[in-house]
Amino acid sequence: MSAPVLTVGNLTKRFGGFVALQNVDVHVNAGERLGLIGPNGSGKTTLINCISGALFNDEGSIVFEGRDITRMPAHQRARLGVARSFQIPKPFRSMSVLENLRVPLEYAAWSRAEHRHITDEAMAVLEQMGLKERADENSAGLTQVDMRKLELARALAAKPRLLVSDEAMAGLSSSEVDEILEILLALNRRGVAVIMIEHIMRAVMRFSERVVVLDAGQKIAEGTPAEIVRNPQVERAYLGE
Amino acid sequence: MKLRVNAFWLCAVAIVAGGLVLTEVLHNDYYFNALYVILQGTLMAVAWNILGGFTGYVNFGSAGFFAVGAYTSIFLDKYFGHTLPLPVLIAAAAAVCALIGLGVGYLSLRLKGVYFSIATLAMAIVFATLISNWRYMGGARGAYILTPETFLWFHSYIQMLFMVMLLLTLGAVAISRNLNFSRLGRGLAAIRDDEVAAECAGVPTLRLKLISTTLMGALMGVAGAPYPFFVTFVDPASAFSLFVAVNAIAMPMIGGTAHWIGPVIGALLLGSAQQVITVTVSSEINVLLVGVMLVGFVTLAPQGIVGLAQKYFRRRPR
Repeated sequence: MSAPVLTVGNLTKRFGGFVALQNVDVHVNAGERLGLIGPNGSGKTTLINCISGALFNDEGSIVFEGRDITRMPAHQRARLGVARSFQIPKPFRSMSVLENLRVPLEYAAWSRAEHRHITDEAMAVLEQMGLKERADENSAGLTQVDMRKLELARALAAKPRLLVSDEAMAGLSSSEVDEILEILLALNRRGVAVIMIEHIMRAVMRFSERVVVLDAGQKIAEGTPAEIVRNPQVERAYLGE
Repeated sequence: MKLRVNAFWLCAVAIVAGGLVLTEVLHNDYYFNALYVILQGTLMAVAWNILGGFTGYVNFGSAGFFAVGAYTSIFLDKYFGHTLPLPVLIAAAAAVCALIGLGVGYLSLRLKGVYFSIATLAMAIVFATLISNWRYMGGARGAYILTPETFLWFHSYIQMLFMVMLLLTLGAVAISRNLNFSRLGRGLAAIRDDEVAAECAGVPTLRLKLISTTLMGALMGVAGAPYPFFVTFVDPASAFSLFVAVNAIAMPMIGGTAHWIGPVIGALLLGSAQQVITVTVSSEINVLLVGVMLVGFVTLAPQGIVGLAQKYFRRRPR
């Protein structure tokens, strides 16, 4: 087994008196596809906010490729290779689709990008995402599915080693879900580890090699998709007693 | 791209040459007075737009920076017995206001939206109070400045001041334009559009915002530095006037804030209209004009004149 690209150890996050995450241990191996599931309010988004640096955890550590990034600001994590997409798309609305990708290429991936060919690199990502025809359109006017693709495209343009996809498929039609799934699988084939947060079980189970289940801020189960489906604790978390 | 760079600089050279020709052709000093005011407004608008338009942080304290620039000139001029040349005073004002910009940014950039705006307004009031109680600077009664007797090869001092302001404004426009198309400018635009997403795309948001406030402060200081020599009498009420701050906001809003040319268009339009109305109707009406135009543009064309133009050209097939 390969060394973990990300190790989250004993992570606790509180909001005032409310404990959003309690002693959570999660690791992602290099090139692995990890599914992260749990009922609403179980702490999934809080966990990836801590991983990406949007929030700082109160206790515990986060180690990325051997470096402790627990107290590192988000933009530096992005430079190291942690990229994320947002559950509610956050495009840079004043920019065209192409310019949206220039930002991560010029910042997160700057040390790894060909400075003279930023536009070519951005176009390559757009082509891969099937957004090439939209390159010059204003990002605020995209359809929902294209907006999701732009979210992922922008994360890709940061040239990540680890991609955290936060409900990239919520609200999409079945064929659109397959489309996004295909994109994530293609990305993974090129060696990028992916954490997928999703409510659409069909997608998570097909995509993930390993699944971690959160409930009420705690990790209640971990295993292959097949094991998770049979786990009585998971069943209880989702369906109640 | 190369062609556009050349076109811009050709225009700049043509404008400077045009300015020089004006100083030879026009002998009525009133015109240079009016042009100076318009250019000063343009410089302020361009400076405001770097933080307000490009970065998305609305600054109500423009008059504070402007006045500190003016008072820096007064202080140094007095302290060194009227020996320092104008460029030195301008550079000093730029440095002082850059530092203040950095400080204000550091203290208040954790604030978002309207809270940031209020903090900048408070900053201006703090400086106004400080100056009002500083005897050396003339306090609340104001300070007189003697206009130097020498004015290079020009026919009058105001002509020289006009050329100085023209060069400063062009310089500011060039900086703003370069910023607009640069990697730094894209980082600022990302902050304006969505700060969290910008941070996650690797943009060091705090550092970029500090660069933005510092640059804005420096340029506003530059706009204020020659002001004492223009009016010869400066008091806190006029230097810290809310009208200066309102103009600096209204001009970019009318012209369009996202593009470098927006504040230039807005300032030339509004500034000229104000001058014409001051002379032909009354100086009180021009205050009303700003209000009416601002309301009109905010409701009918929130993207300003540049936004209207872009819409028009986008609709037509290319």
